[in-house]
Amino acid sequence: MPEITYREALNQALAEEMERDDSVFIVGEEVAQYQGAYKVTQGLLQKFGPERVIDAPISESGFTGLGVGAAMVGLRPIVEVMTFNFSLVAFDQIINNAAKMRHMSGGQLKVPMVIRGPNGSAHQLAATHSQSLESFYSHVPGLKVVMPGTPKDAKGLLKSAIRDDNPVIFMESEVIYGMKGEVPEGEYTIPIGKTDVKRQGKDVTIVAYARMLGVALNAAEILAKDGIQAEIVDPMTIRPLDDEPILESVKKTNRCVVITEAWPFAGVGSEIAFRVSSKAFDYLDAPVELVSSEDVPMPYSKTLEHNVLPTPEKIVNAAMRVLYNSKDPGKSED
Amino acid sequence: MSDYAVETNMSKGSFGEEYLSLGRNKLVEMFRTMVLIRRFEEMAAKMYSMQKIGGFLHLYIGQEAVAVGSVAAIRDDDYMITAYRDHGHAIARGTDPKLLMAELFGKYTGTSKGKGGSMHFFDASRNMLGGHAIVGGQIPLGTGIAFKIKYRREDKVCLTYMGDAAVNQGTFHESLNLAALWKLPVVYIVENNLYGMGTAVDRASAVTELYKRGCSYGIEGMVADGMNVFSVYDAIKEAAKKARELSLPTLLEIRTYRFRGHSMSDPDSIYRTKQEVEEEKQRDPIEQMKKFLLEEKIATQKEIDDIDAEVKKVVAEAVEFAENSSEPPLESMYDDIYVS
Repeated sequence: MPEITYREALNQALAEEMERDDSVFIVGEEVAQYQGAYKVTQGLLQKFGPERVIDAPISESGFTGLGVGAAMVGLRPIVEVMTFNFSLVAFDQIINNAAKMRHMSGGQLKVPMVIRGPNGSAHQLAATHSQSLESFYSHVPGLKVVMPGTPKDAKGLLKSAIRDDNPVIFMESEVIYGMKGEVPEGEYTIPIGKTDVKRQGKDVTIVAYARMLGVALNAAEILAKDGIQAEIVDPMTIRPLDDEPILESVKKTNRCVVITEAWPFAGVGSEIAFRVSSKAFDYLDAPVELVSSEDVPMPYSKTLEHNVLPTPEKIVNAAMRVLYNSKDPGKSED
Repeated sequence: MSDYAVETNMSKGSFGEEYLSLGRNKLVEMFRTMVLIRRFEEMAAKMYSMQKIGGFLHLYIGQEAVAVGSVAAIRDDDYMITAYRDHGHAIARGTDPKLLMAELFGKYTGTSKGKGGSMHFFDASRNMLGGHAIVGGQIPLGTGIAFKIKYRREDKVCLTYMGDAAVNQGTFHESLNLAALWKLPVVYIVENNLYGMGTAVDRASAVTELYKRGCSYGIEGMVADGMNVFSVYDAIKEAAKKARELSLPTLLEIRTYRFRGHSMSDPDSIYRTKQEVEEEKQRDPIEQMKKFLLEEKIATQKEIDDIDAEVKKVVAEAVEFAENSSEPPLESMYDDIYVS
């Protein structure tokens, strides 16, 4: 399998789906002439022309709402937000129009659109440009929320998102746009709403998604040096959440750590932790641990920023806590 | 009330003989639809006071000529989208009043199966795409519908209605900019009934001639008299032609008046005088149309009376239908949230 970057995988998905269906168009800031603020849309203008690859003014509420309207009458818009921080300006269009149109119309209308862009922190972008907003969107019935953590998942899931008849919030990450990984050649899709086990292990279940998948895999390597085999479970889709593979894993390991880049209060992490606690209660040998960002706006300082985010060390420590600091793999398997 | 000096582009909209060319059938149908809206709304108010209808109820009484004149000027395959004072638009578009009354009653037979209510009337089969309840929230949607028309190279137009208060929302300005920038076939219709809830236009808008708001975006502004169905008709015809042939947007301010409060909870005694309301009622769009039909001998008094009786029967049947319809089954709660 060829190795390509997360960015290239997204670009391939966009190009293939635009080739496949002429109702697909992309609109956003700097997506055309500039070739994408993060180069995800590179080459699409040249391939598909300015009628389908459209530079929008900085007007998120306007062009996101325009996408909803176009989707209501049969097009399949891909709205690129330069980062999800700016989607807050379009929040009303996403929550009140995209998510609720089908419901309010009693099933008369549908809104097949993708709103995509990078989510979460990058490097020292400070409070307004470093937010993980998945908990906001995952809260809302009517939306789907997809957060791939590898190039292969990014491509397969974006293709599914574009073909989906519902509004899909598709969250990428600036930090992993350059991440390389194996991606199958040719046509494939990955279904929305399916959790994937990314690493097998018997001692502790670590649930991680998006950029945090890589951080969790690093933590797993550190744990392995101590003889602890962590199982890494990646939901990939936050809503609808396929919790069955998570529960199956916990039933095997009896211990669970949930990782999220978002804030701890009322977030995706606490939802997953709740489901594990309530649906796998009898299997748990320790309370579920949550490793999230600290409960603060993101500071600019490099030192502070690093310490706000989940790190492999924090994940290792949490795993040690649910294992009751045991470094004896035999002990963790009672 | 309004001391508006209407300087430019006032759609002339006399009740002159030139409108006879629309033909008797169309003229009578326009009159009948205005009466149907009026009677439907009166009945809705009554049903609200009997607690058959819940939530918010914003009546269209006084503004009937806007919906009827504009729908009469477009084609069946054109699109329309509006805000929450939406009963008149759905009725003018031809949606069965039975289904609309059932929706107001929250019944399963309603247009949205009881999930939308008064503020969310949709009839996708007639390209009437809501019914939206956040002020100004539907303006980008109408712009997107116009985007699709252009993308698919159709010669349609999207009428995007809003109230006068919506022009101060960011979505209004973002939409007008996009529509002008990308030359979209949309007619933005500001139904200026002079009050955003209880706030008079001159207490909300720095520039009270709302059609002028288009000039920042190079969008032509027009004004029509919303109490005269022909004035509305002419203005929409012209704006729709421009949209179809040149793919250009228009901002059309239609000056109208609501004879009832903002919603059923508005005692209507604080922000405007009884005298003002009475004066405006002298320009009742239905009475003016009736006078025209009689003077031009298009209809006799008997025929007018028959229309009123027939319409009352339609409305009574709508109530009966709504009353006899089922409540939504509880399991329908989870229907129509996602396309599966």
